[in-house]
Amino acid sequence: MTAFLVVLVIILFGVAVWQMGKIFQLSKAKSDNTSQIANDEDNNVNGWLMLMFVLFIYVLAIVSFWKWSDVLLPTSASEHGLDTDQLWLISMVLIFFVGIVTQWLLHFFAFKYRGKKTQRATFYADNDKLEFIWTIIPVIVLAGLIIYGLFTWTDIMNVDTEDDPMVVELYAQQFKWNARYGGQDNVLGEANVRLIEGANILGVDISDPNAQDDIVVNELHLPLGKRVLFKMRSQDVLHSAYMPHFRAQMNCVPGMITQFSFIPNTTTAEMRQNPEMVDKVNRINDLRRQKSEKLVAQGDEALEPYEFDYLLLCNKICGNNHYNMQMKIIVESEEDFNAWLKEQATLANALKQ
Amino acid sequence: MSAHAHDLAVDHHDDHGHHHKETFVTKYIFSQDHKMISKQYLITGLIMGFIGIAMSLLFRMQLAWPDKHFTIYEVLLGKWGADGVMDPNIYLALVTIHGTIMVFFVLTAGLSGTFSNLLIPLQIGARDMASGFLNMISYWLFFLSSVIMVLSLFVEAGPASAGWTIYPPLSALPQAIPGSGAGMTLWLVSMAIFIASSLLGSLNYIVTVLNLRTKGMSMTRLPLTIWAFFITAVIGVVSFPVLLSAALLLIMDRSFGTSFFLSDIYIAGEVLHNQGGSPVLFEHLFWFLGHPEVYIVLLPALGITSEVIATNSRKPIFGYRAMVASILAIAFLSTIVWGHHMFISGMNPFLGSVFTFTTLLIAIPSAVKAFNYITTLWKGNLQLNPAMLFSIGLVSTFITGGLTGIILGDSALDINVHDTYFVVAHFHLVMGISALYGLFAGVYHWFPKMFEGKMMNKNLGYVHFWVTAIGAYGVFFPMHFIGMAGLPRRYYTNTAFPYFDDLSDLNVVITIFAFIAAAAQLVFLANFIYSMFYGKKGPKNPWKSNTLEWTAEVKHIHGNWDGPIPHVHRWPYDYSKLNKDESDYVVAGQDFTPQTLPLQDNEEEMNH
Repeated sequence: MTAFLVVLVIILFGVAVWQMGKIFQLSKAKSDNTSQIANDEDNNVNGWLMLMFVLFIYVLAIVSFWKWSDVLLPTSASEHGLDTDQLWLISMVLIFFVGIVTQWLLHFFAFKYRGKKTQRATFYADNDKLEFIWTIIPVIVLAGLIIYGLFTWTDIMNVDTEDDPMVVELYAQQFKWNARYGGQDNVLGEANVRLIEGANILGVDISDPNAQDDIVVNELHLPLGKRVLFKMRSQDVLHSAYMPHFRAQMNCVPGMITQFSFIPNTTTAEMRQNPEMVDKVNRINDLRRQKSEKLVAQGDEALEPYEFDYLLLCNKICGNNHYNMQMKIIVESEEDFNAWLKEQATLANALKQ
Repeated sequence: MSAHAHDLAVDHHDDHGHHHKETFVTKYIFSQDHKMISKQYLITGLIMGFIGIAMSLLFRMQLAWPDKHFTIYEVLLGKWGADGVMDPNIYLALVTIHGTIMVFFVLTAGLSGTFSNLLIPLQIGARDMASGFLNMISYWLFFLSSVIMVLSLFVEAGPASAGWTIYPPLSALPQAIPGSGAGMTLWLVSMAIFIASSLLGSLNYIVTVLNLRTKGMSMTRLPLTIWAFFITAVIGVVSFPVLLSAALLLIMDRSFGTSFFLSDIYIAGEVLHNQGGSPVLFEHLFWFLGHPEVYIVLLPALGITSEVIATNSRKPIFGYRAMVASILAIAFLSTIVWGHHMFISGMNPFLGSVFTFTTLLIAIPSAVKAFNYITTLWKGNLQLNPAMLFSIGLVSTFITGGLTGIILGDSALDINVHDTYFVVAHFHLVMGISALYGLFAGVYHWFPKMFEGKMMNKNLGYVHFWVTAIGAYGVFFPMHFIGMAGLPRRYYTNTAFPYFDDLSDLNVVITIFAFIAAAAQLVFLANFIYSMFYGKKGPKNPWKSNTLEWTAEVKHIHGNWDGPIPHVHRWPYDYSKLNKDESDYVVAGQDFTPQTLPLQDNEEEMNH
């Protein structure tokens, strides 16, 4: 990996150094001309460099995809994520097409029409037809994207309560997450930070009948194929509940309850078997093994091998440990989930102890 | 109106010469001359830029090699870098101050402040700004706010570190992060003064453009630079006061126990009394400025680019009226898109739909501008001066960065990349790098105007451009991948997540490119300082430009023109215009037709 990195950097450097070399060469060659205004030779060299620069951009794009497309997120593990990924793909294809064409035109024209003493520019001040064309084309394309995007967005954000979603509270504080399940009645008990006391770290109102069977945990378990409605709360500053594998994110705002909902469609076990993920985990473990060897040589402890798990991350700057505010998410079959839930103590029991 | 102003200006001119006894202080320090003030803005902006970029290198090192020890941390950060390990708090502070400095102090004041001051009077044919005194105050308030911002770095508990967007409650509660103590107070004081400075400056620009245009300089004969500065000033006047109100309310929450943005908070083992406030309200107020701010940064750069591209292509800018209309459309739309920063803030999803709609609309005028630039190059006779290269570079990064905006502006897609490195890559390309390129283009192009005919070394300029161009794409293109991998921004390190271990080589590549690009800025700095003192003098109108500033005296005098103010007879873009029988240019043997030249007999009149 390191070797490849070195090679890559050398190649990309090479282009830079070569271009610089050419410029320096040029600056030496015409010692007789000290004017600081570009002459035909400058125009020629820089015109060619423009052409090479657009190729550099293409090469950079290709190398980046070839080298790094394996770091990207795997297939969506939620139902709605499949739709957003589709929209993402369409948008990407579109912007790459437009990007490739316009960058080419821009740099190619800069090359082709590089100045020469003998050349005359064409006085071409406006053309209503052209302006109309390149106003109306973006209008049509964007109209399509906007409509597609808005339908997708509305589908995601308008939670359909007819599905009878399972209600789960995500509770954020500096710098950890907790989850609270509604329990048997699937209704969360009332809560407020003013009720935080001792073991009741979420400030749940213990006198509320709905709160008795609530279950507070620090590892999020979700049943496969069932809609989950997350209710987010924060006790101190803004946090953001980010679950990249599920294409889900919502801020946690002190003083209000926000919500997001999705249907998990891949269990943790299945995702671990996903060939992409197997490759990725192997790669990560290779890196960790190499690092461990160094650490052991220095007398430190070796790193533990990594096993894939879904993640809940904090994605809104929240203080000095923002970078390590995480919770494990486990998606499992409904039976496994129910079995797990049964083992967890209800709030009434937990607070009695 | 302009004729009247002209008379006044002439009176003023007649005075000049007898009663000015310039001392060192009135000439170089408390100057009321727009040319000197523009240089003061530029140099202050460049110094702030140096600090801002240096900070980015420090945190890039931390991101690339999180487990290595660097003595440089200890040297520069003191107790925050003890044993060569960067403290997580100072990492956040560096990110915060880098953002603040680059957005406000470099790209708002350093770019718009410099070139609005330099070019508005010179390009519209005015002796000076409408109020030289306000202009001076505007600069010195900016200077004061810069000093306070830099001083805040030395506060015991550390400078502001809640991100440049300073969302409360994090920014309001010192218990939440040490930087929200005295550091944040200084940040807010500095920004309040900055806003006052910006408002005074903007009002001055608006009044000057509206009232002091020389005879014949109708609005449709204004160079696009002036249109851009003018509209930028208008957006500034509309939106900066809202930031001031947000800052004031935040100061009240912090110091006087109000609850505008705070509610239901339990922190450091106790419940705060605050109730009923909403952090979302702050987000609305902040982004009501924050988004137009993007265009306050970008429009001047686009204005400069328009002028530089037309001049160096030896062609009229393509679609002058469409360009003006695009500037107006962008300015209008920029004030109604702020919600796209808040799709997942907890605001009503329907509002998200509205903001998606307005946001994607803004792609239309932006696309028109990009196409018009490309068409301007077509069949030109391109003089590839450094300023021209930076302008072409700007169009390139504007396109690349703008296109990813189509993804981020789409609320459904934003969900998963919001606040990740994808966003960081997007806005650095579209506003950071693009606006910096605009700044550089402006400096190379108008350096002779600023420093009495001295020119910057072009070969160093070429090195500067090409290395920067490669470095900038090298940094920000791969950065999109980190975002698409799902890594949040503002993480001190990603080693807490083994899942992201495979991003480490990407981070190293980015940091190496960042160092290359930063090294190129030293070339610029050296060139700038050297040329300021020893630069070779060029001709009076080095780029063979049509606009008025090149008819003004090379030597800086108060009042700009030694004789009467020139009158204007045509738009600024008659480059390579041919005479009626198409045998030669309008002025034989000269491919440009200055705005001061009346319509010739052998020339066809065109209405642009």
